[in-house]
Amino acid sequence: MNSPVYELRDVVKLYGQREVLHLGHLVIPHGEITCVVGPNGAGKSSLLRLLNFLESPTSGQITFDGRPLNGKVPLSLRRRVTMVFQRPILLSASVRDNVAYGLKLRGEKEVEARVSQVLDLVGLSQFARASVKTLSGGEAQRVALARAIVIEPEVLLLDEPTANLDPYNGSLIEKIVAELNRERGIAIAVVTHSVFQAKRLAHQVAFLLGGREIEVAPAEQFFSTPANPRTAAFVRGEMVY
Amino acid sequence: MGDLFRGAIQALRLILALDPQVLSILGLTLRVTGIALLFSTLIGVPLGGLFALRRFVGKRVVIAFLYTGMGLPPVVVGLFVYLLLSRSGPLGYLGWLFTPRAMIVSQVIISLPLVVGFTMASVMGVDPDLRRQLASLGATSWQATWAILKEARTGVIVSIVAGFGSIISEVGAVMLVGGNIEGYTRTLTTAIVLETRKGSFDLAIALGIILLALSFVANVAMLSLQGKRLGE
Repeated sequence: MNSPVYELRDVVKLYGQREVLHLGHLVIPHGEITCVVGPNGAGKSSLLRLLNFLESPTSGQITFDGRPLNGKVPLSLRRRVTMVFQRPILLSASVRDNVAYGLKLRGEKEVEARVSQVLDLVGLSQFARASVKTLSGGEAQRVALARAIVIEPEVLLLDEPTANLDPYNGSLIEKIVAELNRERGIAIAVVTHSVFQAKRLAHQVAFLLGGREIEVAPAEQFFSTPANPRTAAFVRGEMVY
Repeated sequence: MGDLFRGAIQALRLILALDPQVLSILGLTLRVTGIALLFSTLIGVPLGGLFALRRFVGKRVVIAFLYTGMGLPPVVVGLFVYLLLSRSGPLGYLGWLFTPRAMIVSQVIISLPLVVGFTMASVMGVDPDLRRQLASLGATSWQATWAILKEARTGVIVSIVAGFGSIISEVGAVMLVGGNIEGYTRTLTTAIVLETRKGSFDLAIALGIILLALSFVANVAMLSLQGKRLGE
């Protein structure tokens, strides 16, 4: 396993009195794809929001790249991580302007060239000037992905990125994600319901249930010889509670 | 009907002849309304965004006051500003009563709640997850707020249009605090009242038509800022 980009210890997240996450120990390594699987309400999206620094844990310790996080996360650190939401949330503007947003925030140069390059990667070059309102759901999700990867994050978080997509757009996004990891070495955490998607993408799988990590293991081991009977049941596609 | 027709002809004649008295009234109306709207926009749009996006103690009460303010009778505002600026009032030392400044103050008070209220409603209508998404892309709090205001721009422009409409046609407050002094604090609305009382219906209707035309042009200009968002 590569060195950890995230290390979570005894992390608890409460919404009011309700505990949505209670993790003992979870490591997300550099340069690998970690798939976070589990049924609805397992705490997967809450975990991603913590990893994206959008929320703070109620208690416990998150370490990012060896640096323990306490209180407000500095902007420079926040900008090393980005997330693609399950539902693409785009600005009412052109495809190009949406993709350029993160670069302009950072005052980056060569915005046009980088945007063109990324649009080419996600197969949307011909829509650069189009309004995002004219796009299909799959195209909009690809714009959201392009907007995230153009800023060249060290960590990319994907919250069920293909949940609402047809097989063509779903497989296209999977292909781009796998390439990004392989060619640029970006650490990627993908929340997914799909065991099959996890099998195709993951180097490591974390199985959550009721906000707790049931099993975290390298993908091959997770699918072939799961240590926990509930993991085995989940992998077989059975209902797990 | 005859009065209306004669008024329209008179309006055309006054405009084409660049009548100095009408130009003076028009200029003051534009100046007072323009400055008041500028203040209302500069204060009201950020405040509306703030009310929509931030949580704070007493927000419900503040919004209740705001909604009450959206229906403030202009004449009551005029009375309040009059008492404030009158010689014995707390701000009497400024010497602003019966000056365009007093008129601007009262018009800001009338239009501000409308700008704040409509801006707040439009910002609250923006997808609540957008702020998280922008933060996730590395936006600071201000950058995210600016992007959200831009998303709500149709509503923000409506708020400015509503603010403009509330003061360009307002007569009670400017009459009370301005005093309708010829060549100094006489606006289109107060001039219309005066000419009607004098029985000069032609001139009153002419000024009314100019007021309507002004309002129409200003609204078209602001609507054009919305670009292609109207679905034309």
